[in-house]
Amino acid sequence: MKKLMTGNEAVARGAYEAGVTYASAYPGTPSTEILENIGPYKEDIIAEWAPNEKVALESAFGASFAGARSLAAMKHVGVNVAADALMTMGYTGVTGGFVLVSADDPGCHSSQNEQDNRIFAKFAKIACIEPSDSQESKDFIKEAYTISEAFDVAVMFRMTTRVCHSKGLVAFEEREEREIIPYEKQVQKFIVAPAHAQKLHPYVEDKLKRLEAFSNETPLNREEWYGAEIGIVTSGVAYTYAKEVFKETANYLKIGFSNPLPMDKIRAFSQKVKTLYVIEELEPFMEDQMRAAGIACIGKEKIPLVGELSPDVIEAALLGKKSDFLSVSPDKIVPRPPTLCAGCPHRGFFYGLGKKKNLVVTGDIGCYTLGFAEPLNAIDSVHCMGASISMGHGAQKAFKKHGVEKRVVSVIGDSTFLHTGINSLLTVAYNGGNTVNVILDNRITAMTGHQENPGTGFTLQGDPAKEVNLEDLVKAIGIEHVKTINPLKLKEVDAALEEAFEFDGPSVIITRWPCALKRYSEKDIEEFGPLENQCQVIEDKCKGCRICTKTGCPAISFDNDKKKAFIDPNQCVGCMVCLQSCPFNAIERVVK
Amino acid sequence: MGETKNILLSGVGGQGIILASKILSTGLINDGYDVKMSEVHGMAQRGGSVTTQVRYGEKVDSPIIGKGQADILVSFEVMETGRWLEFVKPTGQVIINQWEIGSAPILSGKALYPKGVVEEIASKIDHTTVIDAAQLAKDLGNIRTMNVVIVGALIKALGLENLDWEEVIRSTVKPRFVDINIEALKIGMAQIK
Repeated sequence: MKKLMTGNEAVARGAYEAGVTYASAYPGTPSTEILENIGPYKEDIIAEWAPNEKVALESAFGASFAGARSLAAMKHVGVNVAADALMTMGYTGVTGGFVLVSADDPGCHSSQNEQDNRIFAKFAKIACIEPSDSQESKDFIKEAYTISEAFDVAVMFRMTTRVCHSKGLVAFEEREEREIIPYEKQVQKFIVAPAHAQKLHPYVEDKLKRLEAFSNETPLNREEWYGAEIGIVTSGVAYTYAKEVFKETANYLKIGFSNPLPMDKIRAFSQKVKTLYVIEELEPFMEDQMRAAGIACIGKEKIPLVGELSPDVIEAALLGKKSDFLSVSPDKIVPRPPTLCAGCPHRGFFYGLGKKKNLVVTGDIGCYTLGFAEPLNAIDSVHCMGASISMGHGAQKAFKKHGVEKRVVSVIGDSTFLHTGINSLLTVAYNGGNTVNVILDNRITAMTGHQENPGTGFTLQGDPAKEVNLEDLVKAIGIEHVKTINPLKLKEVDAALEEAFEFDGPSVIITRWPCALKRYSEKDIEEFGPLENQCQVIEDKCKGCRICTKTGCPAISFDNDKKKAFIDPNQCVGCMVCLQSCPFNAIERVVK
Repeated sequence: MGETKNILLSGVGGQGIILASKILSTGLINDGYDVKMSEVHGMAQRGGSVTTQVRYGEKVDSPIIGKGQADILVSFEVMETGRWLEFVKPTGQVIINQWEIGSAPILSGKALYPKGVVEEIASKIDHTTVIDAAQLAKDLGNIRTMNVVIVGALIKALGLENLDWEEVIRSTVKPRFVDINIEALKIGMAQIK
């Protein structure tokens, strides 16, 4: 049977077929759906959301250490968080087969950078496999486990957005049940004390040589020969683009196993063609190594290193061809940036925060990053997971030291706080910081599409779970001024901020209200009640001041002819932030 | 099965484009085509501009296309048609749903919704069809079937109306919405001559 699947769905299926029994991840686009799709194999695989990628990788490593086949999945920047564990896994190797899925994001569709994690695989001295489509995403995962166990090596399974989120047909196979490998205590392998690490390093270098020999033989690296004069070395989704452009006018060396590279195979291929192109997305990972091995090729001097590739980018770069196209005049297009949803609980908080003067607001990664945008304009920085609180701490210290009169507010979501923000809050409390730290607790990991986390009361596989109490947690860290508020009540927001500014010392404000798109649990209904209100403009009272539009709610529009605001009943969920913002009481509450 | 066909669906997050492309691709697979489809998730869903690409033929390599390569652009929203027009072959076809959704700068009154978008596109692409899927869906009794009306038009434009779409609808939507969506698909097909 064949099914249309995304690469992420295919990886989940592949892990199932490979006999994996443990998987862990922290959600992050474009990797999130991998664990979501492993979740339903509940009888066979334990699938967990970890609080961050380091914990996910270490937990999966632990399962491998115990002798089971395991998987960790994360977006490219998640590997940075997990890097400490990963770099030493290169030395220790594994017991049960271990795969780390790294979902890279060329083009920064939903990321802060476009780093190429193949470099991480080389740096960590582990194997790297790159699928080109959904079928390979399933098939190669199974190969990855065989290789991992045969060579005692962790395997990075490097995907990119277009492989993760494109759909192609996938043929299924049966699951292969695997017995756990009997546990043996191996202190020289798994205790990386200096004396052991010194011995592990030469062993790893030898292993890489054996892996290179394998790389030259494995069908994961295959030639497609059409008798042409052009040869193309390519990997990942770029292979499909190259085929689209050159079809049978070129020969291909398709690299599915990219660390270590099959340099002998590449050299033999290069000697059979007149012109050799290297078509790879992002960094010249293969090209640099080929050049160092003395193989002449054409690569990044023509093909962009920045942004994602596509068939037309390759066609323009190598063949100088461009398809004709037509455009509409620029005045026919107004930008359509993403916005906070109607009823988003972050809106009330940012609306209140944006009115405060002389503030620096450090932000973090999540839907609430959008608080920076017009018309809220409430955030000054967004860098990486957890950085809001630590950057804010350093900024406040520096301002004070240099006599700059500014207050710093750090804003972070519930899931991001539990990811790494908690460590940052420790430095605030321990080192006598003076920042206002706001945990925007919308009861779910929202931006990646609603995943559970240690604060929501449920696990990935739907079981009830321990639920962290944020108030108790931050108090235990040493924060004395803690306040939980409803962010939809503007007066509460304002009062909480003012109290925090007046308090001499660090404070935490927890804004507790569910994401407007969240499916309420029974506990949610009990705490937050069913949503049954809507807001409506009383036209006679509306003076056309547009203050309600400053909340940035997509349900509110302003009619320039009538000079009145309008609330779209198909979108309004009755959060009533606009109602409180209106100085003329021209917005009323109506029952849906 | 001839050359690979390239379809670009554009619109705004929340308009049901993903389901629309799922219906289309399911029908194509049932008929034996190789299909590749590409979507972008994440930030794009927060009311932003959304596109899906569907490619089908005997054997499809790349999941995405570049500018000037779509045989058909089907736009669920007027202004989005303009934003993605560069992806259509100059000899290609455009189907525009006569439905306007203001973006943030428009809603806040900072910009006006552009006028004359449909006329400008029609003056550039000969094969332009405008449908009022919202009205058709309302007449049918559920405005939420607007996306399926549009898919119906697309299917007819592709000359694929003879496949078993009723079966496809049955396998892709919830049982209680099957009948109305089959109707919506037929109404959409009737919009294309």
